[in-house]
Amino acid sequence: MHFNKHCMKETQTLNTINKQAESTVRISGSEAVIRCLLEEGVDILYGYPGGAIMPVYDELYKYRDKIHHVLTRHEQGATHAAQGFARISGRVGVAMATSGPGATNLITGIADAQIDSTPMVCITGQVASHLLGSDAFQETDIVGISTPVTKWNHQITKASEIPEVMAKAFYIAKSGRPGPVLVDITKDAQFEEFDFKYKKCTGIRSYKPVPDIDISKLEAAADLINNAKKPMIVWGQGVILGGAEAELKAVLEKAGIPAAWTILGASAIPTSHPLNIGMVGMHGNYAPNLLTNECDVLIAIGMRFDDRVTGSLDTYAKQAKVIHFEIDPAEVDKNVKTDIAVLGDSKDSLTRLLPLLKENKHSEWLQKFKDLYKIEFDEVINDDIHPTKEGLTMGEVLKEINIQTKGEAAIVSDVGQHQMIACRYAEFNKTRSNITSGGLGTMGFGLPAAIGAKMAQPEREVISISGDGGYQMTIQELGTIFQTKAAVKVVVLNNDFLGMVRQWQQLFFDKRYASTEMTNPDFVTIAKGYYLNAKRVTKREELAEAVEEMIASKEAYFLEVCVEKEDNVFPMIPSGASVSEIRLK
Amino acid sequence: MDKELKHYTVSIYTENNIGLLNRISAIFQRRHINIESLNTSRSEIENVSRFTLVVDVTEDQIKKIIGQLERQVEVIKAYYHTDEETIYQVSAMFKIKSDLLFEERQIQNIIKDSSAKIVTVNKEFFVLEKSGRKNEIDQLHRELSAFGIMQFVRSGRIAVTKDELKITKMLSEAFKN
Repeated sequence: MHFNKHCMKETQTLNTINKQAESTVRISGSEAVIRCLLEEGVDILYGYPGGAIMPVYDELYKYRDKIHHVLTRHEQGATHAAQGFARISGRVGVAMATSGPGATNLITGIADAQIDSTPMVCITGQVASHLLGSDAFQETDIVGISTPVTKWNHQITKASEIPEVMAKAFYIAKSGRPGPVLVDITKDAQFEEFDFKYKKCTGIRSYKPVPDIDISKLEAAADLINNAKKPMIVWGQGVILGGAEAELKAVLEKAGIPAAWTILGASAIPTSHPLNIGMVGMHGNYAPNLLTNECDVLIAIGMRFDDRVTGSLDTYAKQAKVIHFEIDPAEVDKNVKTDIAVLGDSKDSLTRLLPLLKENKHSEWLQKFKDLYKIEFDEVINDDIHPTKEGLTMGEVLKEINIQTKGEAAIVSDVGQHQMIACRYAEFNKTRSNITSGGLGTMGFGLPAAIGAKMAQPEREVISISGDGGYQMTIQELGTIFQTKAAVKVVVLNNDFLGMVRQWQQLFFDKRYASTEMTNPDFVTIAKGYYLNAKRVTKREELAEAVEEMIASKEAYFLEVCVEKEDNVFPMIPSGASVSEIRLK
Repeated sequence: MDKELKHYTVSIYTENNIGLLNRISAIFQRRHINIESLNTSRSEIENVSRFTLVVDVTEDQIKKIIGQLERQVEVIKAYYHTDEETIYQVSAMFKIKSDLLFEERQIQNIIKDSSAKIVTVNKEFFVLEKSGRKNEIDQLHRELSAFGIMQFVRSGRIAVTKDELKITKMLSEAFKN
C-alpha cells in the first residue's frame, strides 16, 4: 500500500514540524488540523468530503505525501475502518466527515466505539459560526447528538482553539479507558488564520484517567486467590487495552487458575494455552459458563459483566467471592456486587499482584473444565467442525481458515450467528486478533473494520467474516477495497437468513420467521463488479481448496460459502436465564 | 434499604463548559429518571461550576449514577446526599394584583405569617419573594391561589451539605500534579 512508504519520511517530517512548533507559524485553521494530526503521529485517516469540511480536505491534498486519506463509500464505513485500525494496532483511529448527514452517519460507529472502549477521534465540519442555530444547509447539532455516545466532544468556532482542543481530543481518546471523541469545527474557523503552536496534552484537572492502586485491596485479593480451592478468571478487553497480556499469562500460570474470556478479551492469551478454558456468555463455552456458578473465587479482569456475559444477575456467581480488577470506577458494582475491587490499570495491577501469589495447580478443578469440554465437544463442537450432514456449516469454514492461517490471522467478524461461530472456533496465537462489535452489536461493522485493520498492519492476514445480512449493510466498502488495493480477505457465510434472529424466532417465537428470510443478489457477481477475485463454494469438497486459494492470494479476495440455512448456534443461554441453564441443543 | 426510592440531592462540581448540562442530563435520561429540580451556579471555587439537582431514586441507582457522572471528563466531583444531610432551600416569586393588597386584609396576614418579602409594589401589581422549604412555598401558593396569582415561579433546590466536601483540597492537589 502506497502510504506505507511514507512511514520513513514521516519521522523526518515530524522533526521539521516539531522544530516549527517551537515557534509559532501563521497558518489557517484547516492547515492546523492537519498539523495537529501529524503531531499526534497520524499517517492515515478515513473519511468522506463535503461542503463544510472542504477547507480541511484542501489541506489534506497539500499534505498528501505525509498523511493518507482513505475515501470510504459511506461515513459509517469511515468510523468502522478507524475502529478496525485502532483495535488491531492500539493507536487512535481517525475519521472525518462533513456537517449534517456526513456527521450523523458517523454516529453508529461512534456509539460502537464508546461501548467497546475504542480510541477514536472524529472530526466534523460545521456550518460557519454566524449560521449556527439558523437551520442552515447541512447544519445539524452534532455535538448535541453525539454527546451521549462520546467520551468527550467539543465545537470549535475559532481557529486559535484548534491546537489545544485537538491535543485534548487525542489525549482523552487514548488515555484511561479509551473511547471516541468528536471535534466539530465551523467552516469560518477552518479558513481563519492564526499563529499556530502545538503542545501535547498531558493532563486535565477534572479528569483522572487511571485510578491509583490501593495496595491493601491488592493484598486482600491475593489472599483470597491464594486460599481459593476453585478460582476462575474471566478476563475482558481491559487486558488488551492495558497491554497486560504477558502479565495475565504469568498470573494464571503461577497460580494455576483456569481462565475464560469475554468476546472482546479473545486472543489476549493464545487459544492453545492449557489454562485457556474458552469464552463466557450467551454463546460461550459450556464449562466456563456452568462453572461460573461453582467457582469459589471469581476474578474478573478488565471486563464489565455485560448482560450477555452474566445472564440473570440474580443467579450469577452467588456462591463466589468476586474480585474485580477495573480501570473505570463506574463499572465497579454496576452489575455484579464485588467483594474486592482493585481499581487501576490492568498491566500495573497484575504486575503488582504476581509476587503476592502462591504457586498452585488446581489440577482437579481444571479437570472439571476439561470434562465439561468433552461433553460440549461431543454434543456440539464435533458436529459443527466435522459435520456429516450434507449442508456446509459455519464451523467447518472456521476450521479450514484455522488450518490455512495457523492461528496467525486477524479475524474481523460482523454481528450474528457467524460472529458467535467465528469467536468460538477461530484459533489465535497473537493478541489483538479478534476484532468484532461486542457491546453495540453493529451489523455492517465487519467489512470496513477489516479494511482499517489491514491498513494498520498490512503484513498481517486480515480476514473479514460476515453473514449475508450484515455484509449488505456496508457492502459498498468493496469500492474502498478496490480503490485502495487493501488485500482484505472477505468471507461471507451465506444462509439466506438473518440467522441469529431466525434462530430466536425458531426457539422463542414458534418459528414465525418474520422478515428474516433474505432474497440475496449474486454476491460473486457484485464482487467481480468491483474487480475482486471472487469464488462461491456450495459443496464440502470445494471448501479446503477455496480457502487455500483465498489465503494464498496476494490481493483482496471474496469468498462466499453457502451454508446450511437453518443451523443454530449452541451452546446458548436463553435471554434472562442463568448461566447454569446453558443449553447444548 | 437499597431498593427504597428516596429524595437525593446531587451536587456536581464541574468545569464551566458549553454542553456539559446536556451530558449530565443524558445520564439521567437514559435511565428514565426524571430530574425533579435543577440549579446551576458558580461554586465556592473560582472557575468551577456547581450543579444541584434533585432526583427520586434508590441508593443503588444513585451510586451508579454518581460513577457515571464522575466518568465525564469535565466533571470534577459528584456527591449525593439525603435531605437530612443537607441544608436546602428553594425560592419562589408570586406576582399578585395590587388591589388585593388593600381589598383583602387576609392577604396581609398571609404575607406576615409566611415571612415572605415584598420585592416591589406598583399600581398594578406587587411581587412577593419567599425562600424556604418546598412545602412552605406550596402552602403559600395554596393560600394565595384563593385570591388569584398573576404569575408564579419557583427555583430549583439549592443545598449545602452539613459535612465538609473536600473538593477544594482535591483540586489543589490535582493542580500540584
